[in-house]
Amino acid sequence: MQPLKTLLAHASPLRSGDVLAGVAAETEQQRVRAQMALAEVPLTRFLSEVVVPYDDDEVTRLIIDSHDAPAFAPVRHLTVGGFRDWLLSPQANATALSALAPGLTPEMVAAVSKLMRVQDLVLVASKCRVVSKFRNTLGLAGRFATRIQPNHPTDDPRGILASTIDGLLLGAGDAVIGVNPVAEDVGSVSTILHLLDRFRAQYEIPTQICVLAHVTTQQRAMDAGAPVDLLFQSIGGTEALNRSFGISLKLLDEAWQQTLELKRGTVGDNVTYFETGQGSALSADAHHGVDQQTLEARAYAVARRYRPLLVNTVVGFIGPEYLYNGKQITRAGLEDHFCGKLLGLPMGCDVCFTNHAEADFDDLDTLLTLLAAAGCNFVMGVPGGDDTMLSYQSTSFHDALYVRQLLGLKPAPEFEEWLTREPEREWRMIS
Amino acid sequence: MANDLLTRLRTLTDSRIGLERAGGSLTTADWLALRAAHAAARDAIHAASGQPVIPPPVGYVRSRCQNRQQYLLRPDLGRRLADDAELPAGPFDVALVVADGLSPLAVSRHAAGLVGALRNSLAEAHLTVSPVIQVAQGRVAIGDEIGERLQARLTVVLIGERPGLSAADSLGVYLTYAPKAGRTDAERNCISNIRDGGLDIPLAARRTINLIEAALARQLTGVQLKESAHALKPAMAPALAGPLDRLPPRRDRLS
Repeated sequence: MQPLKTLLAHASPLRSGDVLAGVAAETEQQRVRAQMALAEVPLTRFLSEVVVPYDDDEVTRLIIDSHDAPAFAPVRHLTVGGFRDWLLSPQANATALSALAPGLTPEMVAAVSKLMRVQDLVLVASKCRVVSKFRNTLGLAGRFATRIQPNHPTDDPRGILASTIDGLLLGAGDAVIGVNPVAEDVGSVSTILHLLDRFRAQYEIPTQICVLAHVTTQQRAMDAGAPVDLLFQSIGGTEALNRSFGISLKLLDEAWQQTLELKRGTVGDNVTYFETGQGSALSADAHHGVDQQTLEARAYAVARRYRPLLVNTVVGFIGPEYLYNGKQITRAGLEDHFCGKLLGLPMGCDVCFTNHAEADFDDLDTLLTLLAAAGCNFVMGVPGGDDTMLSYQSTSFHDALYVRQLLGLKPAPEFEEWLTREPEREWRMIS
Repeated sequence: MANDLLTRLRTLTDSRIGLERAGGSLTTADWLALRAAHAAARDAIHAASGQPVIPPPVGYVRSRCQNRQQYLLRPDLGRRLADDAELPAGPFDVALVVADGLSPLAVSRHAAGLVGALRNSLAEAHLTVSPVIQVAQGRVAIGDEIGERLQARLTVVLIGERPGLSAADSLGVYLTYAPKAGRTDAERNCISNIRDGGLDIPLAARRTINLIEAALARQLTGVQLKESAHALKPAMAPALAGPLDRLPPRRDRLS
């Protein structure tokens, strides 16, 4: 019998990162044979056979130790293939899926995703409903949120505010106003936090602010009195990858508690924002021979511990050696959204591509449309789709308007009310 | 009111703000402008690699990548010299390497100028310099193997950076003390954004020479070696900080 790790890797639809890691199936027929074998694997085997050793890896320990056996009971008797059929059945409705989430492990959902075609990933995810709250309510049916990503190549405050106002004028920003800072020092990060918090307070915007610095930088900023709404961190699916990010579960526990104690949320206390992405473990040489999609799903176990407001898979950022083209990026984005939703996470997606990937704006539109149909909680809003700091293309404010028109989706209710409250709001740049 | 405001906001950032709408979508002009910028970046990445642009003495070598597609898919092969690569005999104080990286366009536009300025300054500093080793389909780390074989004290790699929409011809410089295969990015220093409208060649050369002298004196490069602030014009300070990655260990993405 092949180890689960090998079976999962061979069953994974083709992507360049698994080939680079040397774990992919060598032929299409070998891939399908692995999928057929995986379909016969009982879900219970995932509880006894781990893909990264329990003693070596705190993410594995988290997954095993926090597994909720009673929640798992309704599907305990199924194989992976049977689980796919069950997920597609009417029994698997929003209530059932929500109750099941704590009983599922990342490896189970990764496995079933590998047996699914695109329509399955979209349909099942669309049945999941994950609601999270801070200053507004995200993830409700019929809603589609956006992060304003007002990055600036030199962190210039007026440049950041200019992009923020542009986004608000186009109805974006209910998920978060979140800046990727160029400078990682506490002073610069605090400056942006204070700036955006004053701006938010001045216009009474029912949304949350985040500066996507390292978690320890945000802790020092909080120590110094900076207004941290959401605690951000990039996370991964192995202890070794998280170590390369400079984090551990213990560190995240402490930072989470510190953020909760600020009690800045008004309608809820989901105070964390995580970003992930397939391929990061291989790039940090921390993959343990596991395929990149399974490792990505394991990152969601880390996220789940902290009851996040937002989880964002940054799907097309990492480069063509991990996801080569539009087809691979599209599939990965849908898998990540599906796996995160099944595990009970408020999933969003940075639908994006770099210039050296074999992808373009048509591919971006395709994934955006599919994700919106799948009930994705939020996407990025970048001015004109062109991030002048991170040098990549993501979804624009206009792209979000396209989705809202196409599918009749609205922003978060509190934010929608704010948008319409004062149509002739006079914007002034705060000094 | 919105138009006045947007006109004012547009002066505050180079981001694509204040774009008009056709319904909710981009207007034809803005959409085609975005497409044109992407097309320029794509063409820069796929421009012919390894074109002779540097005045002699120059040695031409290849990485283990057979073509552009393999370069994009197999970063490991782009960091290794082809088996038949021939290099001049060392030792040298400084090995000069030019690699296309992700923008052959950047190399064809800026590498000859920067090499010329560096050769002059290094000669004035009485440092011995290798012939320029120009690598087709090479990544930053290929300079480690080259520097090791040339018995160089330090390798300077000039490489085309990943094209963005605002600039497709940006050149980067990476310095590695005591080069040998297996060095990590934490052991290098980088000067980024060398292009028209970015860091100009005279200043890029001066900063490179300052770093070379500091590296040779302190016998290291990397996170422990900082550029001295007085070497920079204030206006250029932001160029010190290259685009940050969201996923920290992926800094080699730029090359």
